[in-house]
Amino acid sequence: MSEQQPAVHAADLEKVFNIGRPTQVEALVGVTLDVQPGEFVSLIGPSGCGKSTLLRLIADLLEPTAGELAVNGKSARQARLDQDYGMAFQQSGLFDWRSVAKNIELPLELKGWDKAKRRARSKEMLELVRLGDRGSSMPWQLSGGQQQRIAIARALAAHPPLLLMDEPFGALDEMTREHMQSELLRICSETHTTVVFVTHSIPEAVYLSDRVVVMSPGPGRITQIIDVRLGDQRDDDTREATEFYQKITEVREALRGSELGAAARGIEDR
Amino acid sequence: MKRPRALLAVVVPPLVVGLVFLSLWELLIRWRDVQPYVMVKPSAVWSALVDNVGPIRDAAFVTGGNAVAGLVLGTLLGVVLAVVASAVRPLGDLINPLATAVNAVPIVVVVAVLTRMYEADSETPRRIMAMLVVFFVVFVNVLRGLRETNATQLELMKSYAASPLQQFRTVRLPNAMPYLFTGIRVAAPLAVITAVVAEYFGGKKNGLGSGITSFLSTAKKDVGLAYVAGASALGVACFAAAAILEFVAVPWQRRRSSR
Repeated sequence: MSEQQPAVHAADLEKVFNIGRPTQVEALVGVTLDVQPGEFVSLIGPSGCGKSTLLRLIADLLEPTAGELAVNGKSARQARLDQDYGMAFQQSGLFDWRSVAKNIELPLELKGWDKAKRRARSKEMLELVRLGDRGSSMPWQLSGGQQQRIAIARALAAHPPLLLMDEPFGALDEMTREHMQSELLRICSETHTTVVFVTHSIPEAVYLSDRVVVMSPGPGRITQIIDVRLGDQRDDDTREATEFYQKITEVREALRGSELGAAARGIEDR
Repeated sequence: MKRPRALLAVVVPPLVVGLVFLSLWELLIRWRDVQPYVMVKPSAVWSALVDNVGPIRDAAFVTGGNAVAGLVLGTLLGVVLAVVASAVRPLGDLINPLATAVNAVPIVVVVAVLTRMYEADSETPRRIMAMLVVFFVVFVNVLRGLRETNATQLELMKSYAASPLQQFRTVRLPNAMPYLFTGIRVAAPLAVITAVVAEYFGGKKNGLGSGITSFLSTAKKDVGLAYVAGASALGVACFAAAAILEFVAVPWQRRRSSR
């Protein structure tokens, strides 16, 4: 596999739901996007713009209606079967009946790893998300932010090259959310993971991303791709930098600019 | 864990209300001089209970044994059919209405039929009755637990390329566990009631139900009511056992229900 091969390659990707029925919806049309290895790309847009659909196509949780899609140079299906990506959602989706460590080990268990190897890896992942002492806790004993960190640890447990995230911090309070964003950047730079990140928060997208993909609904499509790249050393000062605000404005205008002014409804301005 | 004081706050009020109720009942009968063949005093029931503690205990073992047998068999049947119904959709659509239909049949009718099918001294019809009642409650609950799985968890399992069997074992089955134990908790007292009532329709006169019918129809109403008290105690004991089982078996549910 060459270094130049994109982590995600989509060309003229299309997804239509309920084909031929009165409820037919064009969720995505003409989506062309390449995500490079190591890159952090956010998908942002109002409800119905197809950002979650695009993420699920990449994850092979949905099948495209038309177009080209490759993940790690393979078909999306093969990439899923090879567990080339890890996934985290808005809901942590932790299993109440498994300890924190056993939650992290689940993808490895399904892959058939032996117990000692699983234990070692879950320990390593717990250290990575800085919850090293909580392995034997049960999920319900953790706070929302901690649960989300475990979900990320689980997504990365098999060391996948790609991390797919669907509004993972959407249910967290603002302070926890900013903390989790910094943690995510640290984790990704430590593990050299490529990330595709769905969000509806403009500052979140700008803070985290190398590129922000602005999408609009009816039919869902990409309207603009904005280069952000605030540098590798992002911290709390970054959130107060002029450059940060300029990029926020740029993304916001791109969202408003997409011909439907009303399309920007549902975008959080924080 | 509840602190002793909190436990007292839970236990004391219902006890007080219960005692007040029994006292009023006692006083009313004494004050209006109600005859024993109309209504019995709680104190008379108590002394009948003390006098007959041996026979009532033996009867409770018979009835309780039938109830537990029905509970175990009904739970097994309910779980197995719920698993089948959730795994094979068309079968599920077939079993579901049939189970509902079975549940809708008046229980007394089935008892009457079953008692004629078996020998006069057989406990089997009583156990079958308890089993049918338990089966339905457990089946409905477990099926719901197997079907109502968290969408995020299912997407995760798909992303892990999990096989249907792995998905069943790691998500659906554990998810159904709290439903199973809720079902058992609801079904346990029902099993006792059914086992008691089933004795009204013939068979050996060895259980609480036969004690109730025979004594209530004679002048010994106090003894009959003492048997009723025994049946209540048995029902409560079964419920408590099921609740403890639930507490131990699905610890994560404890947290959920106390939220």
